[in-house]
Amino acid sequence: METASIQFEPFAEDALLLRFDHRIDAAINARVHAAVATLQRDLPRLECVPAYASVLLRFDPLAWRDANTADPHQVLECAVRAALSAGESSPRAPHEREIPVCYGGAHGPDLVDVAQHLDLTIDEVTARHVAADYRVAMLGFAPGFPYLLGLDPTLAMPRRRDPRQRVPAGSVAIGGAQTGIYPEQLPGGWQLIGRTPLRLFDVAATPPSLLGAGDRVRFRAIGEDEFRHLEAEQRA
Amino acid sequence: MSVSVLKPGLLSTLQDAGRPGHAAIGVGRAGAMDVPAWRLANALVGNHGDEAALECTLLGPTLRFERAVWIALTGAPIQAQVGDVALPPWTACHLPAGSVLQLGGMAIGCRSYLAVRGGFDVTPVLGSLSSDLHARLGHEAGRALQVGDVLPIGHAGAVREPDPTQSVHASPWGLDPQPWFDFASAPITLLHGSHWSQLDEASQQRLHDARFSIGQDSNRTASRLDGQTLQLRAPLELISEAALPGTMQLPPSGQPIVLMAEAPVTGGYPRIGQIAAVDLPRLAQRRPGDAVCFRHASLEDAIVRLAARERALGALLKHVAQRLQQDGCTNA
Repeated sequence: METASIQFEPFAEDALLLRFDHRIDAAINARVHAAVATLQRDLPRLECVPAYASVLLRFDPLAWRDANTADPHQVLECAVRAALSAGESSPRAPHEREIPVCYGGAHGPDLVDVAQHLDLTIDEVTARHVAADYRVAMLGFAPGFPYLLGLDPTLAMPRRRDPRQRVPAGSVAIGGAQTGIYPEQLPGGWQLIGRTPLRLFDVAATPPSLLGAGDRVRFRAIGEDEFRHLEAEQRA
Repeated sequence: MSVSVLKPGLLSTLQDAGRPGHAAIGVGRAGAMDVPAWRLANALVGNHGDEAALECTLLGPTLRFERAVWIALTGAPIQAQVGDVALPPWTACHLPAGSVLQLGGMAIGCRSYLAVRGGFDVTPVLGSLSSDLHARLGHEAGRALQVGDVLPIGHAGAVREPDPTQSVHASPWGLDPQPWFDFASAPITLLHGSHWSQLDEASQQRLHDARFSIGQDSNRTASRLDGQTLQLRAPLELISEAALPGTMQLPPSGQPIVLMAEAPVTGGYPRIGQIAAVDLPRLAQRRPGDAVCFRHASLEDAIVRLAARERALGALLKHVAQRLQQDGCTNA
């Protein structure tokens, strides 16, 4: 990987930020995930926290100090540049996940408003949401909450003026140019268009998060019957 | 062996060193707000060091111990009584079976730590016993103590169990809280954040010269800073990036927010500063209404101070362990 354009920014005593850019962009985000894959392999004691266009590295600052410099960030920057330069440019194929979604009705209480606002039919919104290929840019906000890149730009929709106190777990939502899934019941201001019966986050599962940063995601429209069936299966 | 919660206190949670290694799936570290105080509480009762302790906030709980137990209280000095006997802080205390420990308020500071020998024996979640109130992770989905809760206490392993015939008493020696608790409310060290240079000149000066006060709605997620408003030279549109405990953000309101132990793993506000790690426990001890001043330091200075603190803490932990061994309170 070419590393000259990566900015290294000390963030805290035990944290160094690698910035690839300042934009939300699929190609930049793919570089983030490629860098994380290389660093996890070559410097496994670092904790890597990927975001849209940056990675935060957390490390033990006292272990990374060397005899010549008091600043562990410089020592770490050299090690990271070396690892990334040597790392292959195309890492392992990402996981692919299919997420079944029951659109509209009680599961997607904002779908009607979204269609109206975008001057589309409900079926058009659903079809365009299902047609796209998504990539998990990052997880954040709450455990297992995926920020997905790849939303059809014609589905971009402002957040709700009055955020909900309780968005049900599994709600699939649009917020601006992004789409995401609420893993638990949470407060939230995104527009709810459907709901998945899958559990996105379960501390007892390995790994606890169904989705990881860099994963590919596709949605599949399901009916109420299949929703109930899958929901019962998840509980079992 | 267990302890029953008769009164929960204002906000009492189980805390350990937190839950590192899961930020990439949206799980923050949580953990004790004042880590050195938590570690020293465990040391005083002869624990290995990673046991959970109770973090009490402003007003402590009332607890009944089923069996005889050794406890220690560190952090903010808290009123502690068993019947008529007042217990000293920063000192191991022996409580006989059936003791009701009444913890009261704190004259200064915000958080006290109650460690019990053997630790609280609850099930770890993602490798930690820490209660994450926001993410609802930990014992009982990470919630604070409630009346009627019963917390199991672990076996102390090879250490000598307390003598059940003895009454309430404190160990003849304790620790000086002075270097570990900031009685003087000294300035908090602040490193420049990524967007420091985007603050207008007056705001840069105000951040280092003016007094702020801790906002009423501060909690384990964030300490809000009232009293001064800061401004950027021009509005910044940022995409979500990492956030950490100690990150000082500036939302559009102009009131800075310092993220604390339960910081979300990402944030989208400008980061104007980062509290030096060595001073984060001191900020955690400021309660709503307390004054806060900041002074700038370089990252290099902050690392040197952090290394010095870790050396001092390591030496003290070793000293406490040796002393307990001499007293015959623990086996090697």
